[in-house]
Amino acid sequence: MKKCYINGVGCISTQNTFDTEFLSEVAINTTENVLFANQPSYKEFIPPAAIRRMAKGVKMGIAASTKALEEANVEIPDAIITGTGMGCVEDSEKFLQAILDNNEEFLTPTSFIQSTHNTVGGQIALGLQCKGYNFTYVNGAVSFETALLDAKMQVENEEANAVLVGGIDETSKHTLELFKLVNLIKKEEDQPYSVLQPNSKGIVFSEGASFFVLENQKKESSYASIQAVSTISALEMDEVQNYIEAFLASNNLKKSDIDAVVLGNNGDVEFDGYYAISDSIFKETPQVYYKHLSGEYNTASSFGFWVASNIIKNQQLPEVVSLNKLHKESYKTVLLYNQYRGKDHSLIVLKKC
Amino acid sequence: MKVAITGMGIISSIGNNVEENYHALVHGNTGISVIENFETVHKDVIKVGEIKLTNQQLAQQLGIGHDNDFSRTAMLGAIAAQQAVENAGIQNMNDCRSGLISATSVGGMDMTEKYYYEYFENEACRKYITSHDAGDSSHKIAEHIGLKGFVTTVSTACSSAANAIMLGARMIQSGQLDRVVVGGTDGLAKFTINGFKTLMILSDSYNKPFDNNRKGLNLGEAAAFLVLESDAIVQKENRKVLAYVSGFGNANDAFHQTASSENGEGAFLAMQKALKTASLKPSDIDYINAHGTATPNNDLSEGRAILRIFEANVPEFSSTKAFTGHTLAAAAAIEAVYSVLALQHNVIFPNLNFETPMAEFDLIPQTTLKEKTMHHVLSNSFGFGGNCSTVIFSKN
Repeated sequence: MKKCYINGVGCISTQNTFDTEFLSEVAINTTENVLFANQPSYKEFIPPAAIRRMAKGVKMGIAASTKALEEANVEIPDAIITGTGMGCVEDSEKFLQAILDNNEEFLTPTSFIQSTHNTVGGQIALGLQCKGYNFTYVNGAVSFETALLDAKMQVENEEANAVLVGGIDETSKHTLELFKLVNLIKKEEDQPYSVLQPNSKGIVFSEGASFFVLENQKKESSYASIQAVSTISALEMDEVQNYIEAFLASNNLKKSDIDAVVLGNNGDVEFDGYYAISDSIFKETPQVYYKHLSGEYNTASSFGFWVASNIIKNQQLPEVVSLNKLHKESYKTVLLYNQYRGKDHSLIVLKKC
Repeated sequence: MKVAITGMGIISSIGNNVEENYHALVHGNTGISVIENFETVHKDVIKVGEIKLTNQQLAQQLGIGHDNDFSRTAMLGAIAAQQAVENAGIQNMNDCRSGLISATSVGGMDMTEKYYYEYFENEACRKYITSHDAGDSSHKIAEHIGLKGFVTTVSTACSSAANAIMLGARMIQSGQLDRVVVGGTDGLAKFTINGFKTLMILSDSYNKPFDNNRKGLNLGEAAAFLVLESDAIVQKENRKVLAYVSGFGNANDAFHQTASSENGEGAFLAMQKALKTASLKPSDIDYINAHGTATPNNDLSEGRAILRIFEANVPEFSSTKAFTGHTLAAAAAIEAVYSVLALQHNVIFPNLNFETPMAEFDLIPQTTLKEKTMHHVLSNSFGFGGNCSTVIFSKN
């Protein structure tokens, strides 16, 4: 079985992460309950006419994937696998609103055409003329992890040499209003928002796109290798520790092998109890959090994956993402754990190559 | 390596279970009709493959009470998945490493379009806000069949369920799961009706796959699921194997966001890969269950791809979409059930409404029910985004 290396990355987030040194320009938000992506100039990636036509998610996906492919020096991957929790909500809303506002008349197909969940994967394939395997997973907080699991399987079983994998989610106006209506998004009056000292329900909502090139060969650009990916649909809080311990055991790992644990805390008092392992089995382990930088969205864990990849490559855990201020001399094995509202739990193990 | 299918379930416009679907297929009874379950201005100018059960009736059948927050997509999916699990004879979903891989394109769009503005005024309907995303329907299906484990959702437009079957088979093959329920579900929605209407590919009459005078598709709604199990589970539980998933392939046409290429490159590549993974030659295929949506573009592109693969020896082929309409993300799942039924009963289902051969080539679909000893059935599904998928089902 081949090993699966991360050889290129591209990240667009609410921070300036696209063409900067790793986390060199970050700002911590405490006052906005919705954060929008810090988008790069798309001119060098997308023709001007298409920039106007394409939704944000598609543009972010194309730019982030181009960056990842360039870094890995891969022209056309053998497979493109994306994950998105909400899909192309911008165009879906546009088309649905046109239907409702005009009583199903005077419609044009453009936004319908771009509303399918696999638009980003399809548009990347079209741009690259990539005729290989092309999948899109849409399952809440494990959308990206399923894409990763599939990609890893392709690489390890030699179905593909190079796989482009990414997580994309975009915001759109109406959906944000609906999420506020049911208090998925934090209320204005709950400011200042804090991920580590949360005092309110709900989350700071956001968007982004993170892409990775996975290959069966180690390169100079390699960040880390992916040892294991696991997801489970639902857990009670008191089941998390068992899930993690069983996962580690099945991968021949001990708790003490974990040099850092990357946690998906998002500042929701109702659900951050799922990360209580930071006070138990991983109390003495360097801990990383990242959603104070990225905000929360279904594929925010792909931002966490980008953070973890960089920590391993740089062998350094930046203060701005350090949760318990513990550090180590080297980061050989990093564990990532994420969940959203008690559902869609995922575990990933990354190794130094 | 082939993967055993040990259970299946289906609900479509031609029947509420496997037996009813089979009965309609062999008797040539179409499910295409005038839409009844919701209001649309296009009511009189389109026909659809609608399941003639209201949401209340579906909820009653599921025993979920009227205060549930299930979209129609989730309800159809839960019904079909439950049938599949019962058909396989599974007592406890979690007695081995089990998973669910569902497919949907609209997810909870039916409720979103109904309450889009009302959400702001009426608190009672807000329970549906979190039922919109595709993953929500899969979680509900998983909970309904008592599954706690690997759950995910594929959404690659009209090829989605084929890709769900493919991922499921690969996860069994690679030893990551022992059992996986795979399939797809999509309820009818104004969103898709109007979408396909603006693309001008909805027929105003009964769809006629592979006919020279075809005018487009009828949309449909359906759900179907298969239970796939590892050889170890099949032996341990002494399961009756209905058929096997023996090959699969996915490729991208990389031609246009919605249209298929003229020579059917993506479809050709998908069929070629599927034959390769199944270690079969084109001549081993006894029947092709075509994607055959009856749009001018699809049938021409698919026909050309079929000719490129099978050359002068194209086996019997038919599209069952004249029965069910195009059920989008569920299409490949219901057609997987029909492919297994074809293998089990050694019959080829007719391509209804065909009259005039296409001018571009001399491909004539099977238009009557035909008995034929069958070993391998190839099923095609293609979707927006250039997504092309083929799955091969085998008897042994």
